[in-house]
Amino acid sequence: MKLVVAIIKPFKLDDVKEALRGVGIQGMTVSEVRGFGRQRGHTEVYRGAEYTVDFVPKVRVEIVTDDGDAGRVVDTIVTAARTDKIGDGKVWVMPIEDLIRIRTGERGHDAL
Amino acid sequence: MEIDSGNTAWVLASAALVLFMTPGLAFFYGGMVRSKNVLGMLMQNFFAMGLVSVLWALCAFSLAFGDGGKFIGNFDFVGLADLGKAGTEIPGLALSIPPLAFCAFQLMFAIITPALFTGATADRLKFGAYVVFLGLWSVLVYAPVAHWVFSPTGWLFDLGALDFAGGTVVHVNAGIAALALVLVLGRRRGWPTEAMPPHSLPWTLIGSGILWFGWFGFNAGSALAADGIAAQAFMNTHMAAAAAMIGWLVVEKAKGGHATTLGAASGLVAGLVAITPCAGFVGGIAPLIIGFLAGAICFLAIQLKFRFKFDDSLDVIAVHLVGGLLGSLLLGLFADSSVNSAAADGLFFGGGAELLGKQFVAVGATIVYSFVLSFAMAKILDATMGLRVTPEDEAVGLDLTQHAEAAYSSGELGSMERVSA
Repeated sequence: MKLVVAIIKPFKLDDVKEALRGVGIQGMTVSEVRGFGRQRGHTEVYRGAEYTVDFVPKVRVEIVTDDGDAGRVVDTIVTAARTDKIGDGKVWVMPIEDLIRIRTGERGHDAL
Repeated sequence: MEIDSGNTAWVLASAALVLFMTPGLAFFYGGMVRSKNVLGMLMQNFFAMGLVSVLWALCAFSLAFGDGGKFIGNFDFVGLADLGKAGTEIPGLALSIPPLAFCAFQLMFAIITPALFTGATADRLKFGAYVVFLGLWSVLVYAPVAHWVFSPTGWLFDLGALDFAGGTVVHVNAGIAALALVLVLGRRRGWPTEAMPPHSLPWTLIGSGILWFGWFGFNAGSALAADGIAAQAFMNTHMAAAAAMIGWLVVEKAKGGHATTLGAASGLVAGLVAITPCAGFVGGIAPLIIGFLAGAICFLAIQLKFRFKFDDSLDVIAVHLVGGLLGSLLLGLFADSSVNSAAADGLFFGGGAELLGKQFVAVGATIVYSFVLSFAMAKILDATMGLRVTPEDEAVGLDLTQHAEAAYSSGELGSMERVSA
């Protein structure tokens, strides 16, 4: 089992969600996060004083999937989230040691 | 005519009430946009208080109320010349208040009218283009239409069309300009499939409360006297808002299953819009009927934008154009000369269809003139400076891209550093 984590532009979330649904993904977890990579932050001005804000709002998407599906999930996210502009984000994949469905206590693949 | 201190006090107080409606409108709209666009919305409304006031003093009041003939005023009052001097009269008006009090009161109408269409263009109008459009529109559209209807030397006033406080001049005029603007501007990216929910309904409700409060000045102040007609207009205003809130909610509940807070706020505003032309010309239960119908019909009119695919973001057309048309035309039915001797009798009060016909002429002329000029100005601005923000700026939001500010602090995670000068 794999955990696919994607950091994407907030306005791309709908596109990513719909694309993942289209390839049969049943669930995901999202959170609003802030961060920066190569994309610079923005500037705000208050009564003439200029401030830089490095951390840019992003959305973090997490999906638990079978080993065999991970590649397809990654490709789907990359295609849907891409704008070809700096700040499109990153996707990474991590191994999962164990997985438990809380309601039933099912473990491993049964809990997917 | 002798200056009456009671009338003067009421009109000055009413002018302040009407000014307060524009910040009220700003929050009414500001709550309905997403949090990345709230400052952009507030700024467009507040800025109207600046630019329109300056233009009013320089030339717009003179073009609206100067004695220039049937279609537009003249330059007699440019720079507010002579308005403060004893003996100065506004052409055609026998005022018992100082001309400057009248000028100040009318200014507040000129401010809120263009502010109304910012709701239709929400989330995508470039601030610089808005500023230019606002200035041009105030002088080239608002001033002439105000002259036609509000100045006794204007052709619609002369015709006998009635508009107590601005059903045509303010609401139909701004509503049709909103349609012209959104047709040129285009839809927001993602509309209508993507959700663009209000970020703060509490702001919207506060704004609608301020509008209701300020509207007493708008309508009862339009009597230009502290008299029985002002009291009638005051009560009609209140009753129409009350009935319209109920009308909107009844239909909303019947169609959608819930009575919503946004529905309550929108419904009461629709009632205030519809009663505006009628305020001092109707009596009895007429405001309840007009209000209830406005609430129900404006709610249904929201579907127009989905059917015809124009992105009237905050329903300016459904509330102000439809509500203004409804009130202006219902006046042709409910006008009652026993309430106000300046009114003709409407169809239901033995006056036949004559007044209704004149009301059609007034709204028709306003729609054609305002739409054509607004559309042409929007097209020219779009071709020269561009009306719309870039797709990237639209995604980031107007607050950061147009004004370099954020409405709500992002807390510790939004750590900032001062850029040394």
